[in-house]
Amino acid sequence: MASGETQSAEYQQRRWQHIRKLLERSGPFCHPDFEPSAEILDFIMNSCKVLVVGAGGLGCELLKDLALMGFKKIHIIDMDTIELSNLNRQFLFRKNDIGLSKAKCAVEFVNKRIPGCEAVAHHCAIQDLDEGFYRQFHIVVCGLDSIVARRWLNGMLMSLLQYNDDRSLDQSSVIPLVDGGTEGFKGNARVILPGMSACIECTLDLYPPQKTFPLCTIANTPRLPEHCVEYVKVIQWAKENPWGATTPLDGDDPQHVGWVLEKAQERAIKHGITNVTYRLTQGVLKNIIPAVASTNAAIAAACATEVFKLATSCCTNMNNYMVLNMADGVYTYTFNAERRPDCVACSNTTRVLEIESDATLQTIYDKLCEDQAYLMKSPGITTVINGRNKTLYMSSIKSIEERTRDNLKKKIADLGLFNGADILVADVTTPNTITIKLKFSDNIDVDMSR
Amino acid sequence: MASPSPKSPEQNEKTKQYDRQLRLWGDHGQAALENGHICLINATALGTEVIKSIVLPGVGSVTIVDDNTVSDEDIGSNFFLECSSKGLNRGSEALRFLIELNPAVQGHAVQEPPDQILQENPDFFKSFTVVIATALSEKTIQDLAQHLWDINVPFILCRSVGFLGSFRIQIKEHAVIETHPDNEQVDLRLDVPFQSLADYLNALDIEAVDLKDHGHIPWIVILYKAVQKWQVSNANSWPMSRKEKNEIKDLIQGFIRKDENGIPINEENFEEALRAVNTALVPTFLPVRIQELLYSSSATNLNKESSPFWIMCSALRGFVEAEGKGKLPVRGVLPDMTASTEHFIQLQNIYRSQAAMDAEIVYRKVQQIVAQLHCDSISEADVKLFCRHAHDLYLIKGSNIATEYQLGGSVASYIARYLEEPDVMMVHYILLRAAEMFRSEHCRAPGDWEPEGDISNLKTCVSKLLSDISCSPFPKDDHIHEMCRYGGAEIHSVSAFLGGCVAHEAIKIITKQYKPVNNMFIYDGSSTNTATFTF
Ligand SMILES: [Zn+2]
Repeated sequence: MASGETQSAEYQQRRWQHIRKLLERSGPFCHPDFEPSAEILDFIMNSCKVLVVGAGGLGCELLKDLALMGFKKIHIIDMDTIELSNLNRQFLFRKNDIGLSKAKCAVEFVNKRIPGCEAVAHHCAIQDLDEGFYRQFHIVVCGLDSIVARRWLNGMLMSLLQYNDDRSLDQSSVIPLVDGGTEGFKGNARVILPGMSACIECTLDLYPPQKTFPLCTIANTPRLPEHCVEYVKVIQWAKENPWGATTPLDGDDPQHVGWVLEKAQERAIKHGITNVTYRLTQGVLKNIIPAVASTNAAIAAACATEVFKLATSCCTNMNNYMVLNMADGVYTYTFNAERRPDCVACSNTTRVLEIESDATLQTIYDKLCEDQAYLMKSPGITTVINGRNKTLYMSSIKSIEERTRDNLKKKIADLGLFNGADILVADVTTPNTITIKLKFSDNIDVDMSR
Repeated sequence: MASPSPKSPEQNEKTKQYDRQLRLWGDHGQAALENGHICLINATALGTEVIKSIVLPGVGSVTIVDDNTVSDEDIGSNFFLECSSKGLNRGSEALRFLIELNPAVQGHAVQEPPDQILQENPDFFKSFTVVIATALSEKTIQDLAQHLWDINVPFILCRSVGFLGSFRIQIKEHAVIETHPDNEQVDLRLDVPFQSLADYLNALDIEAVDLKDHGHIPWIVILYKAVQKWQVSNANSWPMSRKEKNEIKDLIQGFIRKDENGIPINEENFEEALRAVNTALVPTFLPVRIQELLYSSSATNLNKESSPFWIMCSALRGFVEAEGKGKLPVRGVLPDMTASTEHFIQLQNIYRSQAAMDAEIVYRKVQQIVAQLHCDSISEADVKLFCRHAHDLYLIKGSNIATEYQLGGSVASYIARYLEEPDVMMVHYILLRAAEMFRSEHCRAPGDWEPEGDISNLKTCVSKLLSDISCSPFPKDDHIHEMCRYGGAEIHSVSAFLGGCVAHEAIKIITKQYKPVNNMFIYDGSSTNTATFTF
């Protein structure tokens, strides 16, 4: 062996001394499957592929954390470019990087700082990548701020699950998902074993509904500065089209924000409302969530620790959901979020939607949007009649929406749907079409076997 | 097309960069942070992770004290070192990469051991807002803690070993005016309405208004009217019991208008009034915590050195005893509720003007005190802020870390109580201390070379600590074994978690906003558990 190689091998031994102690020694609290050996470090360095989703506040931290925990084969996806307001926490970016791809910049920085790290950037949306891409990873770790994207990713990992002939889960198809989220001084981290523990869809009730203002308040009885901004955003902009009918309101365009601010202030003065400021206006327009480096650092680190445990079995995983609140002291609470037996994404059972036989398609549509089990955004509904696909309603494509809009008012029986019929539902919250069986709640003799 | 050009009060570059955090601590919090000067002792992975999350939000300056040279292991766990850093001074190297995160931050490196500075130039530490230390020996911890206690500089001592970590905040006294509580108690004074509020409430007749206006009456008015009606047959007392509150609810139900078929019309404001019965009928009172604060010796025995906080507390006490008739100044905040714009704004203005008047009285008292003491003046804006948050004032009286090491009576019995429960997080504390003791006796971490051989020696350290606090030995050796398995390893993600938390606490201390940990925090990454103890 060449002396240079020996030297570098020795150097590697010294450099990774810290994590080697955990991986090459056994302890009383190890996972039952854990067998200490030097091969584990070799696995996380040379075989284990980890996907980091999001290169923002959490993503930057995750990339650094994982690279310093020995992981080399890290991929990171983010479609966004760097903005000035990211720099207070997204520590891999500088002012010179504004406008560049977050994923590419983050990868370039970490690969340079940590020799041997082979991180790969994907500057695209998660929806642009297919099953084959996601299937290559051992572990996925997610630091997104969008719930819809998180649900889509969750659905993707669930769709990769394979079941054996006896309907038991094929363990080799399970790709663990570690998910982190922050909001101001609060955050959460969780471990999801697809098909085995609660997934994102199982626990949709953990996400608070987005705060909205009723239209009648905005239009008729404004009381808060937010109501004034919302009025200009929802009503006045469309009416006046200050930059022409084709220019939508852009919360990142200071001219636009300035215009909204001025109009909102006018409205506020008219009604005796105070405190309409630039910061508040932009916050309402962009639905800005406060963010700070420290909370992101803590949540990302908690996620990275769980990825390390999953990859090495050197310790049992968190079971399975941790909330962190740093506003009053530092407080954490870890609990076992439970699976929903009828989960749309992770249960291997037929989904059933109960409905009255004389309901309209609108009723089904509303249920899909409002029921805690679905909470969809704009479901497209199709069915199969006599072996042919029939689109019942779809809002995502304008021409189809216009053609199918009248169906919403029709009774489901008039659309050819019957007790036990299957509807196929597509939505932005899931990569796959979901099959749902209709069950008429007023039909006593139900045959669900067909 | 000509684009409209509004008078764009566009933000400057700095407010844009810090926008997401300014929404949490405001421009005044940011100003405090930018005046802050942090000292880090030892640029370990934990140390640099702390500094990273303080430099990014824009602390004024950072000084790193470190006399170590960079090793391969340092590079393996610390993001703020490079391969080329090997053999160079660790503090200077780390500083270079940390300062690069934010050009607005000033940086200094001091290549001397902290013990030497303590001996030769103890005044060195006087200029810092907070001192943060990692990887210190037992001896240095005690000397440094005592010195920082004496010169009244806040100190955060941090540890990270294997999956375990801790930080301990030592601060003599820390007053927080803006605690940012999640659920702020409303201050409506319905039981003791001030004149302008009483005038407004009494002038409204909810029976007389038409249906549209009926649906726009603020629930505060509805509740007040219901109580007034109830008081007629209840000797003007105040509804307190569940039964009495239910009677109020019945009265509110009776106010709801009916349609031509006698079916109640759904009115959101009345629904809100029904929901508010349980929370908004709490009588106005001076919270015990605040009372204790106002009558504590720091507030009653002012001198030239008294802080603005205590001067304002003293003035506030004057207000409570005189003009306030036993109550704090009106908070002046009206929660949003279904109401017409006119009703809401009018009511909001009534509360706001009373709050302004109350704060004005407190401000005059502050000015009197300042004149008597010949101390620095306090701005009207500060007094207003103080009065606005008078219901949530918060004070930490800290303890000296050195007493933790002497294991005197009260600390010992406090620890013993948790160990007897048994609380595994307190067991972790003992092990972190035992590992420190091992290090001072053997000049290396337990299990540094190999785990098995050190178990009995570490056990001796644990036993010594346990006997000092009169506790029986641990029934099992598993935690001792696990500590030896760690062998003093610093796991990056564990340090990164603690780093985020410690940076966060340092920012709370510097900005004097939000409640910091009081005062010992333990983290176990293997079980994902945390605990806070108050030593
Ligand atoms: Zn599920």
